[in-house]
Amino acid sequence: MFESCSDPSALHGLSWMLCYLTTGKHMLFYGSFGIVLILLAITAPVALIFGFGGALAARSALWPFKLLGRGYIAMVRGVPDIVFFLFVPIAMDQGLEYLKSRAVCADPGPAWTGNEFHVCAAAKIPLGSSPQIYHEIYGFGLAVIAFSVVYGAFAANVLFGAMQAVPRAQLETAEAYGMTRAQVNRRVLIPQMWAYAIPGLSNLWMILIKATPLLFLLGIEDIVYWARELGATKSQIYAFPHPDWRLYYFLVLLVFYLLMTKLSEVVLARVNRRLAFGQATAAGEALRKAGV
Amino acid sequence: MSCIQTIADYGLRSVGIGERLLPRSDFTLCQQFTLIGSGMLWNLYFGILALLAGFFLATLLAVAKNSERAIIRKPAEWFIFVFRGSPLFIQFFLAYEAFAMLPRAGIPILGITVATDWITRAWAGALVVLFFNTSAYAAEIFYGALRSVPKGDLEAADAYGMTGWAKFRRVTWPTMLRLGWPSYTNEAIFLFHATTLVFFSGFPAFRQEGDALYYAKYFADKTFNPFIPYPIAAFYFILLTLAVIAVFGVINRRLNRHLPQESRRRIRFRPQIIR
Repeated sequence: MFESCSDPSALHGLSWMLCYLTTGKHMLFYGSFGIVLILLAITAPVALIFGFGGALAARSALWPFKLLGRGYIAMVRGVPDIVFFLFVPIAMDQGLEYLKSRAVCADPGPAWTGNEFHVCAAAKIPLGSSPQIYHEIYGFGLAVIAFSVVYGAFAANVLFGAMQAVPRAQLETAEAYGMTRAQVNRRVLIPQMWAYAIPGLSNLWMILIKATPLLFLLGIEDIVYWARELGATKSQIYAFPHPDWRLYYFLVLLVFYLLMTKLSEVVLARVNRRLAFGQATAAGEALRKAGV
Repeated sequence: MSCIQTIADYGLRSVGIGERLLPRSDFTLCQQFTLIGSGMLWNLYFGILALLAGFFLATLLAVAKNSERAIIRKPAEWFIFVFRGSPLFIQFFLAYEAFAMLPRAGIPILGITVATDWITRAWAGALVVLFFNTSAYAAEIFYGALRSVPKGDLEAADAYGMTGWAKFRRVTWPTMLRLGWPSYTNEAIFLFHATTLVFFSGFPAFRQEGDALYYAKYFADKTFNPFIPYPIAAFYFILLTLAVIAVFGVINRRLNRHLPQESRRRIRFRPQIIR
């Protein structure tokens, strides 16, 4: 990166460290922190939408929707989420390729034969000839879907509970005014639900942050991948030889996550305080007594 | 090969008893059920031992965090923050690297050389991490419960002339457990789920002896068919979850046995996953 870094073997001390920390691979390592943030930025709203759909379905009067919603919420309970993280991307990938093979292959045979999953070359997603970047985006997309499905079920659980917590009298009053079910939902239920949902959703956000290193299990080049890669012992054939430094790299990751947690705690505490304001709850009452 | 034969060969494969080689082709449903079930032994081992040991450390930490003296309170607060604020996955990696840095030959203490190689193995190293982790989570639960012990109970204890250890042992602690138990049940479920991470983090599976998910992934990788092994693993975990709820439910009933029927708190299953 810097002019003076062209000959690493001549460097020592601080300038060696400076050059070492600005190599191309280190830049990718710093970039992978961005991947974590992007994952959070995409997954959080998508999971919320999944959760919303699941919660509304679970409350639906129509039994197929109700069954679907309740089944979705129950699905992720009782089973470790890592099972889903391993299962969803590969199942999605095979499902998509299977469907595509039905459409584009000249002679689509059975896809699962013996110990193999096989579709014709034209049905591969992305195509074998596509640039590497498309493979990476596709892999990341599958990871986002896996995260959204799992956290959507948890969000659905929280939102379902919050919807149940809205006082029944409020909904009955709305019905007495002649509102339809959809109107009750839109005008009364959903606006009031948030105050009850926020503590659960904050908790979920913390859990989501701590789930991000699992990207590594899905084969994404994330911070865990780079920490292992860069920290491993580098012999003399490398430009910057060093012993096993993985411990220090993982310490950096630990500090990163602790900072994220602390920051979230501070922000969420403020949001909670604002939402509690004027509510007929213990937290709202405490604010009133404090004379804020 | 009959299914009974398969169970005899692979039923204890995860702890190194039975057939050495894993099946390599023509996987039967029976093999998948047997091996994944055999892997559950590790999940049980990690979960039960970490919970048992963690219970005591968690109580200590909760009491320490509730202390008025900063010199006792601060270390407990930091311990809980570090283990609850960072991902378990990173903790496993970090611990493995830290343990691997210990000198191979052992550490001489007072003329005796203490061996260090066992700590880098999953059965010990991962157990230590899980123990600290569950202690921190449970400590936070117990701390919350400790804060909500009814004032009247403590005043009643004072009125009986109880102080110090007797008061804690006979009033504060049982009430704390009673109040925290529903959340602690969730923590236990959550811990058993977290044990699936062990063999996917730094700790290597020695001689292919891994947990349920390790074998599920083995089959999924070999057959390119995720639709059989993962649901089998899920099935075992649902059974395990139900068993945990049953056992903790019995304890919950015992903790609440002196209360009138309607004011007993039922355990609500509210899972929180990844830590």
